Amino acid sequence: MNIPPLTPVGDPANETFTINLGPQHPATHGVLRVKLEMDGEFIKNAQPVPGYIHRMHEKMGENRTWAQFLPNTSRIDYLSAMTYTHAFVGAVEKAAKLEVPIRAEYIRVITSELNRISSHLVGWGAWIMDLGGFTPILYAFDDREKILDMLEEVTGSRLTYCYYRFGGVCDDVDEKFIRSAQEFVPYMRKRLEMYKKLVTGNIIFRKRVEGIGPISAEMCRKYGACGPVLRGSGVKYDVRRAEPYSIYNQFDFEIPVYNECDSMARYLVRMDEIEQSCRIIEQACAKIPEGPIQGKVPRVLKLPVGDTCFATECGRGRFLVRVTSDGGENPYRVRLRTPCFTNLTLFEEASEGMMLADALSLMASLDLVIPDIDR
Amino acid sequence: MIDSLINFFNTPWGVAARSLIYLGGICGFVAANAAYLVWVERKGAGRFQRRPGPTESGPWGLLQPPADGIKLLAKQIMAPPNGDKILFWAAPLMVMAPPLLCLLAIPFGDNILARNINVGLLMVFSFGSINVMALMLGGWASRNKYSIISSARIVSQNVAYEIPMLLVVITMIMVTGTMNLQEITLQQGGGFWNWNILRGIWDFKAGHIGGNLLAPVTFLIFYICMLAETNRAPFDMAEAESELVAGAFTEYGGMGFGVFFMAEYGNIVVGCALATLLFLGGWQSPIGTIPGSWGWIGTFIGVGFFLAKMYSLIFTVVWIRWTFPRTQFYGLLNLSWKILIPVSLFTLLLSSILLKLPRLF
Repeated sequence: MNIPPLTPVGDPANETFTINLGPQHPATHGVLRVKLEMDGEFIKNAQPVPGYIHRMHEKMGENRTWAQFLPNTSRIDYLSAMTYTHAFVGAVEKAAKLEVPIRAEYIRVITSELNRISSHLVGWGAWIMDLGGFTPILYAFDDREKILDMLEEVTGSRLTYCYYRFGGVCDDVDEKFIRSAQEFVPYMRKRLEMYKKLVTGNIIFRKRVEGIGPISAEMCRKYGACGPVLRGSGVKYDVRRAEPYSIYNQFDFEIPVYNECDSMARYLVRMDEIEQSCRIIEQACAKIPEGPIQGKVPRVLKLPVGDTCFATECGRGRFLVRVTSDGGENPYRVRLRTPCFTNLTLFEEASEGMMLADALSLMASLDLVIPDIDR
Repeated sequence: MIDSLINFFNTPWGVAARSLIYLGGICGFVAANAAYLVWVERKGAGRFQRRPGPTESGPWGLLQPPADGIKLLAKQIMAPPNGDKILFWAAPLMVMAPPLLCLLAIPFGDNILARNINVGLLMVFSFGSINVMALMLGGWASRNKYSIISSARIVSQNVAYEIPMLLVVITMIMVTGTMNLQEITLQQGGGFWNWNILRGIWDFKAGHIGGNLLAPVTFLIFYICMLAETNRAPFDMAEAESELVAGAFTEYGGMGFGVFFMAEYGNIVVGCALATLLFLGGWQSPIGTIPGSWGWIGTFIGVGFFLAKMYSLIFTVVWIRWTFPRTQFYGLLNLSWKILIPVSLFTLLLSSILLKLPRLF
């Protein structure tokens, strides 16, 4: 049998080969394809090829009314659906100048922060699984289950929530939810201690993340990286503080920043953010007022002509919705700026010259959600 | 009745019958272990991860291994069209041979031993290395880029870890003065303080300093190397499923994959049995000696001790896998070349000095 050579024979010293990381690969957690040009175990060039799960969400927005498009936003990043719907709801409210009752804002903050914790927990577990440790992900899912149960009780769904409405939220929370959220905070803090013992201090884990995948603040700026990736590179940027929305400016919380620029910094940022979210939930649960949960919204919602932008800080970074209205019932254009897409683009530059296993550690530290890349 | 049976086994016909029984016994032991260690691993993993593990097939999921076996047998076996078919199918055959052969020299009790070979230790190591070649060939013959990367890793990993392992074993041979595994076990009788892991520090029987002051460290090196040689986590570079899909086994399906899977456990059994014999006194009791007058009951108690020690080492292997993430590839090589090899060379040197110098204490 005539077997063709693996790679065209050229200069043996500079011979490289190409491998496809994906679209079906255990480490990409979805249908992302990365074309790797390898020199032995070293990556010479990594070219991400997104688009395998493109669902045309932006185009769909043009064919639906404002309210009909709302559930779509929770399907973009399925792990932090709350903050995604918040961004779209916020953009419409800003354009239509709708008033949101204060109790609804409190409910939004509590549910968003719970959602952020559950999103970080999945990211944390999946990261360790990419590094070959199988146990943490089940611990994380165990804790996440508690959040999902809580949110299921008020929203009716466990993953792709569509709880926020223009001008409020669709259903009120009861005493039981507030109490379970208050009980969850000390529980999560205790679990965080355990996570630190199990993973953060583990020598093998530290060797695999410390100094691996350096991403400078300059590189973040160049590619528009955001979220924990940016904060792990020493830039103190969090939408909740930089462009305060909802009632976040009424709460006392820190923005964790690490200057090491490596995977460990991004890891620590996420762990600290869980703690900060706990703080916000604690304060919000203590201060939540009684009152209506839904403001006045016209039966047929028509936005004034013009552009409106609204950004939220979701689990993976800055999610921005830009809605353009021509005065009709449907949006003229919906633009979704997603954090995972910008975070993925820097992978090509950041992974150059890395070993395959380290590059996967870097990719896991970006915490990519593939449907969020493709939209 | 049992005594007359034992008498029969000492007659010429009995010796021939014994060979057949041992042959069947070893095959059965390896097969049962390979199948049921998978169950132990899955059940153990379940416990570590706060879930029940397999429960559906049979009581406590005990019928899971046969069910898995039937499923794997029912799969179509295919070789990659451009791969080397002969080597591709030779690899699973070769990988299963070493655990079967190595158990030949391993004493399970004071007279439960297939062949009392004078160079048993040497035999175990020479056959044990075939396993590496099988994995390498399997990866190479698959003609899959992930498999080839994995093959390259397997070679460098096993070269790196065979060296400290053999240095440790040479130290042990020098201290014990024999390569006969049964004799090594007999030397360690009388209690856990006489096991090689402690006897190296202070020889209680002779009442002077032992030949291997760093014996616990030696044991640790041996255990780490054993993990690396059997491609177990955290050194499972050959499989590394989050990087290399399934490494060298990516192209194998059905029972081809199943054989690799079973051989991994077979090799763990051999490795842990060897660690038990070399360091933990084999079938010797932890307190006192099993009296010879107990006859076959004593033998079975000895076998019980041996299996208990071996299975606790195997359990530790499972425990480690479900606790630690995987090391980096270069981290793995660094660990061997920068730490394990210098330390094991030092122990070798120390032992040679201690054994050659006249006893000072």
